Amino acid sequence: MSVVSVLEAWPPARLEALYGGVGPAEVDAALQAEERTLRDLAALLSPAARPRMEALACEAQRLTRWHFGRTISLYAPIYISNICAADCLYCGFAVGSGSREARLTLTPGEIHQECQALAAEGFQNILLLTGEAPGAVGVAYIAEAVAIARQYFAGVSVEIYALDEADYEQLFRCGLEGVTLYMETYDRRSYAAVHLRGRKADYRYRLDALDRAGKAGVRRLSMGVLLGLHDWRLDVLWLALHARHLQKQCWQSALSISFPRLRHTPQRFTIQHGVSDIDLVQIMLALRLFLPEAGFNLSTREPAVLRDRLIPLGVTSMSAGSSTRPGGYATTSAGVLEQFEIEDRRNPCEVVQAIRRVGYDPVWKDFDHAFDRV
Amino acid sequence: MDDPLIIAGRAFQSRLLIGTGKFPSAQSLREAIDASGAEIVTVALRRVDLEHPEEEGILSGIDPDKQLILPNTSGARNAEEAIRLAKLSRASGLAPWVKLELTPEPRYLLPDPVETLKAAAVLVKEGFVVLPYIQADPVLAKRLEEIGTATVMPLGAPIGSNRGLKTRDMLRIIIEQANVPVVVDAGLGAPSHTAEAMEMGSDAVLVNTALADATDHGAMARAFALATEAGRMAYRAGLGPQRESAEASSPLTGFLFEEPSAEGTQP
Repeated sequence: MSVVSVLEAWPPARLEALYGGVGPAEVDAALQAEERTLRDLAALLSPAARPRMEALACEAQRLTRWHFGRTISLYAPIYISNICAADCLYCGFAVGSGSREARLTLTPGEIHQECQALAAEGFQNILLLTGEAPGAVGVAYIAEAVAIARQYFAGVSVEIYALDEADYEQLFRCGLEGVTLYMETYDRRSYAAVHLRGRKADYRYRLDALDRAGKAGVRRLSMGVLLGLHDWRLDVLWLALHARHLQKQCWQSALSISFPRLRHTPQRFTIQHGVSDIDLVQIMLALRLFLPEAGFNLSTREPAVLRDRLIPLGVTSMSAGSSTRPGGYATTSAGVLEQFEIEDRRNPCEVVQAIRRVGYDPVWKDFDHAFDRV
Repeated sequence: MDDPLIIAGRAFQSRLLIGTGKFPSAQSLREAIDASGAEIVTVALRRVDLEHPEEEGILSGIDPDKQLILPNTSGARNAEEAIRLAKLSRASGLAPWVKLELTPEPRYLLPDPVETLKAAAVLVKEGFVVLPYIQADPVLAKRLEEIGTATVMPLGAPIGSNRGLKTRDMLRIIIEQANVPVVVDAGLGAPSHTAEAMEMGSDAVLVNTALADATDHGAMARAFALATEAGRMAYRAGLGPQRESAEASSPLTGFLFEEPSAEGTQP
């Protein structure tokens, strides 16, 4: 069954009705529930839950420690290409963004160099990223990149354009552990308004991509909405439905959620549905109460001060020392187009110290070569 | 009291095994291990780099002279992966012991009985001392014992859930039938849970989350160690059976044993 039918059963009006009539009693009931329903999640996301944020935070912390202990996994992104044929209004890589900076795809030799640089920092989990250019940056190239990265790291994931199941299988055979793929927004109209062309303009194909990755055997599926594209309460409820769907369909894959928030966008795009810090925290806390066993990823898009505060509130995985340019770690990358400007510019050592300072253990390795299908 | 736990011919004074996940630091893990007196400490192979151990990593919390490192295969989804992990750990120089954890679904981490049995058969043949983590399934426990596992490790409740002995009735059957040590693993959230498991006749218990999550790791580990000992001692001493209600008087049959009253009750 496709998640489309799940989402179609929950049109905006039905979701708005869920959180529209919520009062303090519903919020308290949701806080105390042992197994939380979508109605409970709507209550926790509602304006009525604002006065209860501290209670939400306590419960979120308790559930996270129960499932993950006081540990934070570390990962780093490696951008291997910034060539992109899609045109997403909010993205620095988009073909129509007007940027003049250089676009390039790393050679296998350069991928080795990037991997060496990050492995020397201690990283064991990395995320390979590309734009959407199936012609120039095809599945065979990405498979080669995964295989190279696997020589250096215990865990290799990708954040690339949506693929067919057979393509995911090919990457899986090269040692792929995880797929990160954000739906950006679940609202069809908002989706169409910002994704102008390329494979990404096909809403349905992207929506079903994580199901295909799970079927191909991929162990970690990471999902998220791009906060700022649409009414966040609706998008988060749809995300939660999608997550529950994946937990049933891909029961052998671990699920994690990311919280990418639009901050710096190209000139042609203005953020219409801004998400404040309080909104972001409420989203994380409410989702933790709804999905106690899901991993929560937090990237360097968010500033250091906020990231440190979020560690004890449900985060389980953080990136550190990131560069969003191809070649950003080892080769000179001045003048090379970056996807977005990062906020937390601390190096991995400083992030590790910050994690320890709040009483958490930084975890570098959480996967093993013995799991390879070779 | 000389009452060692014997696993695969090796004697251990402590009947409390410790898991090493979820601790906030290597220091806190060390405190817990020291205070617990544990002699068997299990380590997830997916979490350690055996060739390049981290300075502040899990292995730095363990003293190999005092504790047996029991590698576990957590993260493995099928027999093939678990077998490969076990072989890698033996090749790296660790003792050929393995705690078999085959948990194909990541939410509740429940063990896969089919793959566990398959992997155990192969590993036993290859000379490993195999300690399988299993659902509290008495028949599976017997099947594993028959193929030569060193223990069985049935769960009390899902890993990390701190819910205690939810599988109590099945555990009782496993303990009654076992010819190998029964180690209750997973779900033990309070010292009273471990005491209860030991009073029932479990040979040992394994605890992790409850220690990792404590504020004072050492104190909590000590509490679990004492409860384990107390439960064992009570089991050896022979606990009286529990009753639903008090049985002090005999309102129904007492008349049979009463002295006849002055008026007499007989015709």
